[in-house]
Amino acid sequence: MVKNNGKKSNGNKNDGNKNNGIIINVSNLTRDFNGFRAVDNISFSIKKGEIFGFLGPNGAGKSTTIKMLTTLLLPTKGSIIMNGHSPITQPDKVRKTFGIVFQDPSLDDELTAYENMEFHGILYDVPSNVLKSRIEQLLKMVELWDRKIELVKHFSGGMKRRLEIARGLLHHPLILFLDEPTLGLDPQTRNHIWNYIKELNKKEGITVFFTTHYMDEAERIADRIAIIDHGKIIAQGTSDELKKKTKTSFLEDAFISLTGKDIREEEASTLDMLRMHRRMFKR
Amino acid sequence: MKIKAIYVLWIRQLKRYLRSRVRIIGSLAQPVLFLVALGFGFGPIFQKAGGGNYLDFIAPGIIAMAILFTSVFTGIEMIWDRQFGFLKETLVAPISRLDIMIGRTLGGATVAVMQGIAVFILSIIFGFRPANIFSIPLAIVFMALIAIIFTAFGTAIASQLEDMQGFQFISNFIIMPLFFLSGALFPLQGLPNTVVMIAKFNPLAYGVDGLRGALINQVHFGLGTDLIVLSVIAVVFLVIGSYSFSKIQL
Repeated sequence: MVKNNGKKSNGNKNDGNKNNGIIINVSNLTRDFNGFRAVDNISFSIKKGEIFGFLGPNGAGKSTTIKMLTTLLLPTKGSIIMNGHSPITQPDKVRKTFGIVFQDPSLDDELTAYENMEFHGILYDVPSNVLKSRIEQLLKMVELWDRKIELVKHFSGGMKRRLEIARGLLHHPLILFLDEPTLGLDPQTRNHIWNYIKELNKKEGITVFFTTHYMDEAERIADRIAIIDHGKIIAQGTSDELKKKTKTSFLEDAFISLTGKDIREEEASTLDMLRMHRRMFKR
Repeated sequence: MKIKAIYVLWIRQLKRYLRSRVRIIGSLAQPVLFLVALGFGFGPIFQKAGGGNYLDFIAPGIIAMAILFTSVFTGIEMIWDRQFGFLKETLVAPISRLDIMIGRTLGGATVAVMQGIAVFILSIIFGFRPANIFSIPLAIVFMALIAIIFTAFGTAIASQLEDMQGFQFISNFIIMPLFFLSGALFPLQGLPNTVVMIAKFNPLAYGVDGLRGALINQVHFGLGTDLIVLSVIAVVFLVIGSYSFSKIQL
């Protein structure tokens, strides 16, 4: 069902969204945790079919933002519209539009790899005639096909990660959220996975929203990038625009320039200074 | 309502249960201990007091106890899902919270009924003789109702808890009193009014009464009352459970 919706709206660009192809619109989004402001008044919008990279240092508010977009957390303030619906007031409708690969594990350890995939497929209404072949294709891609009948609790961390990604790609949603999907994976697997995602994006027009620590990945994959730090979005644009803006030649330098120096100088705490020094030493 | 989603949530609980043999055997040990120690220990006194065969009297109560503990625990198990992350997978799924609740509850309840039947069989081995074999299906209906109520109850509690630390508290302050004040171990007739009043507000008392009615033809509230009360409470708890489930934030 979800898949059909996706396909239909691909053919007809005006379907479901009136704001010239904007599929995610976030305005003035804020989230407080007991007085600590994790996400501070951020606004951005994402076009249908876009691959959007959401970058920021640890604890910048990336995962909190994703949680609010995916109906797991209510915002303190602000509004979100996803494919014409609000995750705050119409969570059921929004849940039909997205899929997500979480940053931390969300598998059932007591089930086998195959059962985890099957569970997800049925929960997301993947048509039974494509379910089996797609599970096989994905498990082969992440090199877990020959271990499909093993209980997940016997898997290593990397294997679990790969299974998690395969599962997230099983149903083809309108919007795909990937929270640090390739963290801790070897370069070859990372490549496989990104190629698959790119192809999904091209073939089915799936919108991709991802966070990552790998700047090369962001530079290569993302159509557009937003950089978040201390809960605020400090820059948005294509990788080239960000590099131009910071007069750097690598996205990594642009990122450091944006999060490490320029922005923090105004209100640099000792901790920030320490972080900055550490970064400088590393380089 | 998505039957397939409910089914897949149900089968997941069953698979998890059937794969943990240690747990199956472990959770049979306590009811058997109660049955043997109390059944044989208090048997002669009960007989002398004119109560009849005590083992026959408590067997339905012990079956109810096994179901109570198993179902509350399978409900509360959701805390593990939260801690191991699997809960997120179900929370973002495009199915209604009520369906999730129904699937989970039916899964947990099925597990609990299986546990109840196992205790029933064990009690027969230890000498329990049901008065009427033909009312065993009715007994299973009562087992299912008890199981649904307390799985939903456990899930509702689990939605409010972040970790297993509160479990001990719930076990000591809710589960054990529910069990001891249900008439599972002693007849409610002739008890102080306060105890009888408390039992009237204890869902498990109706479950025990129904089971006893079905298995040994001995009732306090009446089988019809038991059925109606339990069914109403089951629906209420399912609704409460799915409401508190829908309020979970991560």
